[in-house]
Amino acid sequence: MAFAYFPHTEDDIRAMLERIGVSSLEDLYSDVPEDVIYRDQYDLPDAMSEHEVRKYFDDIAAQNRQMLCLCGLGAYDHYSPAVISHIISRSEFLTAYTPYQPEVSQGTLRYIFEYQSMIAELTGMDCTNASMYDGATAAAEAVMMAMASTKKKKRVLISETLLPQVMNVVRTYARYNGIELGFVPSHEGVTSYGALLTELAAGDVAGVLVPGINRYGIIEDLTGFADAVHAQKGLLIVYSDPSSLAVIKTPREWGADIACGDAQTLGVPMCFGGPYIGFLACMKDHVRKLPGRIVGATHDVDGKRAYVLTLQAREQHIRREKATSNICSNQSLMALYVTVYMSLMGPHGLRQVNELSYGGAHYLHDRLMDTGLFKEAFDKPFLKEFTLKSLVPVKALQEALAAAGIFGAVEVEDGLVNFCVTEKVSKEDIDKVINVVKEVKA
Amino acid sequence: MKYYDKLIFDLSKDGKQGYSLPSSKWSASVGELPSGLCRTVAPELPQVSELDVVRHYTNLSQMNFGVDTGFYPLGSCTMKYNPKINEEIAAHRAFASLHPLQPASSVQGVLKIYRELSRALSAITGMAEFTLDPFAGAHGELTGLMIIRQYHVSRGDLKRTRIIVPDSAHGTNPASAAVCGLEVVQVKSNASGLVDVEDLKPLLDDTVAGIMMTNPNTLGLFEKDIRNIASLVHECGGLLYYDGANMNPLMGVVRPGDMGFDVLHLNLHKTFSTPHGGGGPGAGPVGVAAHLVSHLPVPKVMEAEDGTFYIADGACRCPSAPEGAGVFGKECGCMPDCVCGCQSCGQISGFMGNFGVLLRAYTYILMLGRQNIRMVGPLSVLGANYIKESLKDSFRLPVPGVCKHEFVFDGLMDQSTEVTTLDIAKRLLDYGFHAPTIYFPLLFHQSIMIEPTETESKETLDGFIEIMKHIAAEAATDPETLKTAPHTTPVRRLDEITAARQPVLQYKDMCI
Repeated sequence: MAFAYFPHTEDDIRAMLERIGVSSLEDLYSDVPEDVIYRDQYDLPDAMSEHEVRKYFDDIAAQNRQMLCLCGLGAYDHYSPAVISHIISRSEFLTAYTPYQPEVSQGTLRYIFEYQSMIAELTGMDCTNASMYDGATAAAEAVMMAMASTKKKKRVLISETLLPQVMNVVRTYARYNGIELGFVPSHEGVTSYGALLTELAAGDVAGVLVPGINRYGIIEDLTGFADAVHAQKGLLIVYSDPSSLAVIKTPREWGADIACGDAQTLGVPMCFGGPYIGFLACMKDHVRKLPGRIVGATHDVDGKRAYVLTLQAREQHIRREKATSNICSNQSLMALYVTVYMSLMGPHGLRQVNELSYGGAHYLHDRLMDTGLFKEAFDKPFLKEFTLKSLVPVKALQEALAAAGIFGAVEVEDGLVNFCVTEKVSKEDIDKVINVVKEVKA
Repeated sequence: MKYYDKLIFDLSKDGKQGYSLPSSKWSASVGELPSGLCRTVAPELPQVSELDVVRHYTNLSQMNFGVDTGFYPLGSCTMKYNPKINEEIAAHRAFASLHPLQPASSVQGVLKIYRELSRALSAITGMAEFTLDPFAGAHGELTGLMIIRQYHVSRGDLKRTRIIVPDSAHGTNPASAAVCGLEVVQVKSNASGLVDVEDLKPLLDDTVAGIMMTNPNTLGLFEKDIRNIASLVHECGGLLYYDGANMNPLMGVVRPGDMGFDVLHLNLHKTFSTPHGGGGPGAGPVGVAAHLVSHLPVPKVMEAEDGTFYIADGACRCPSAPEGAGVFGKECGCMPDCVCGCQSCGQISGFMGNFGVLLRAYTYILMLGRQNIRMVGPLSVLGANYIKESLKDSFRLPVPGVCKHEFVFDGLMDQSTEVTTLDIAKRLLDYGFHAPTIYFPLLFHQSIMIEPTETESKETLDGFIEIMKHIAAEAATDPETLKTAPHTTPVRRLDEITAARQPVLQYKDMCI
């Protein structure tokens, strides 16, 4: 029986072999030593029909629980409008390669240029690349970029209020790349400014990575950070949730040199952690150290406006072992999610998403406090996620919620639990959560 | 393809919005936040209607070439057909709605897919175990090299900081090595385009961490001395890294593990049919031999004795471990081969890789099954050799003989014209084909690298061959048309020099 993905008839194969001058498909491997040819049966299932594959995944899908999501910590349950899945499914976008031939890739190049413009607008930065894998790896790249931009410095400081996974990935990259990391501790739930100044005193710091909104959901007040870092010629890197930047202070306004973060919050489904999209943006002075693809505007020989991958001398395929990043692609299709999302929302829609999330999160926060089963952990301004100290055993709390189909109260640190509310959560949902929580016994 | 000149910003008009949100019924409002924490000026994002958005991006899509619109013979990129059932499975709402930190008990189905896909990739490649965390090929390379370094360090073998890379390698190999803190040493190719074993021998000493190879190599040639190379590298204490960029011709025929490789990455967006998406997202799972399993990244999915699945996060799970011991905490004193996660090379992705891409690849594997996988490699090699033999009188073939999934021409046979590889590539666009990979590998001046894949029919290849011959003829009779090609695309050749000298990288730069 013919297999749907192989278009060759027996006659085709025979005619092609004849042109090549060999007598069998096996002869095409005559250069391969016999002892590496695999002759056993592959330990794989029998080929399935599409119908069987569908049923197989339906069954597996049913082995997961769909829950009301009240968890943030780096992945957020924002709504992704129907237009997005329609646009990103267009074959012309989906099945294209990296736009190496700009004459037949203006669609991809144009939306990446729009993406860059929108990220620049949200972060306030001058330039941004065409996207990174995710927020954590974008942060690691930002750290390496700071090292490459400030030749004589040897350390990078990272705040201990960053999301745990971001800290872990930065640690891994730094370890193998030979970057010495210093850790700025948290003080009352935010990056300690005093500890930062102490660490900076040595004068050996290439960059400082701090969150705009931290692992406790607190909006950090970064007043004075940029001055302190710049005074000893280091770079300030701010890690942000770009959705929040429609309302909260931008990395640019804090005086950042580099901005990074995860743009999953802009229309990308949670999908168990990926694919997401990291962003990396910087001020003009550092653009030649910015890793990854960058799209620029130009014109063709007839003077028509056109777009092209540019500043390629920065890139690893040119620099080889002299490269300071090995990134050789971008998350193009995810950039399309983000671009379409921002186009649909516009400035007012994005503000409204924050307004609804803020309102719901504060309602949940206040009702949880009313139960008497929680204490404030830090009592600082937050947007859509917050941390409370649980006065009941965390495990009992999580299990009671889970039994009611609610995912929340993830433990950030001992006894400290996270809650997050997006525009998808209704008042009825929250009232139900409160009823469940009330029943948890100390 | 028709030219459409707008940016979404050009369509913007104050007061429009493309998605309707309810007004807030909550009593709290962002206006309560301290003004010192708030943005002063609203971002200038476009204000457009829903139909504006749909039409704009549909118009943009029509200026794009994709596998679904035509033949994409892009060497080393494996632009095979992206089956539609893959997309349907990946878009399943029951998967798309899962938060990555949901407790393992609520995502047993997802974790089962991680285990099953890992097992299937092990069966296909002959490796003991996989991590599915890496996001792309380059990310897989970096992860694989971290594993190699971790292996040497865990044995106290600290001076192994050099990595050997063939001169024909893609630039990403040395770049990944540099980012991983390794010093790159180049090994030459011999006259047949293969790694020169005699040049390799003197490089092998106790400072070598390993060698990175792709097999077949970037010329599409099978490194037939691979078993010998493997013994030499292993004898000196180094490890072998397999860059899976060129795995497609070996699918169903040869397993890298059987050639002696210790670590490899696969490009699911090449060999396993997931779409390239204009540059990503892809996935670059890394497989290792048994002696390296303990060094795989965390988090990783494990199977408990009762058949349920859980996630190891790098914390030491051994009974004697002090509290807080593991990859990111205290030393636990475990042996280098402890597989609880504490000997891992670390965490390399925010969560557990590109799950949506993994779903597509697993769908493809289930469709192929043990039967059809046998034909992937042979049919891809058949197509490449068919094109090569059909065109070798019109284009220079620097390395004759049977190739694998791809091969390289070094420009036109007739060198008397001024026509370059770039001109040929651009002219192909006029005839509705995507261009091959050009000016790579760097071993030749006029490289044209062609890879057809097993999903292209004889009819398509015949059409391509005919046009390539026609272009070779045009080079002699009408070189000017080639030098100014393309002529029929939405835009023509671009001014790339000005783009780089005076970068315009966002909409606002245009308005200045």
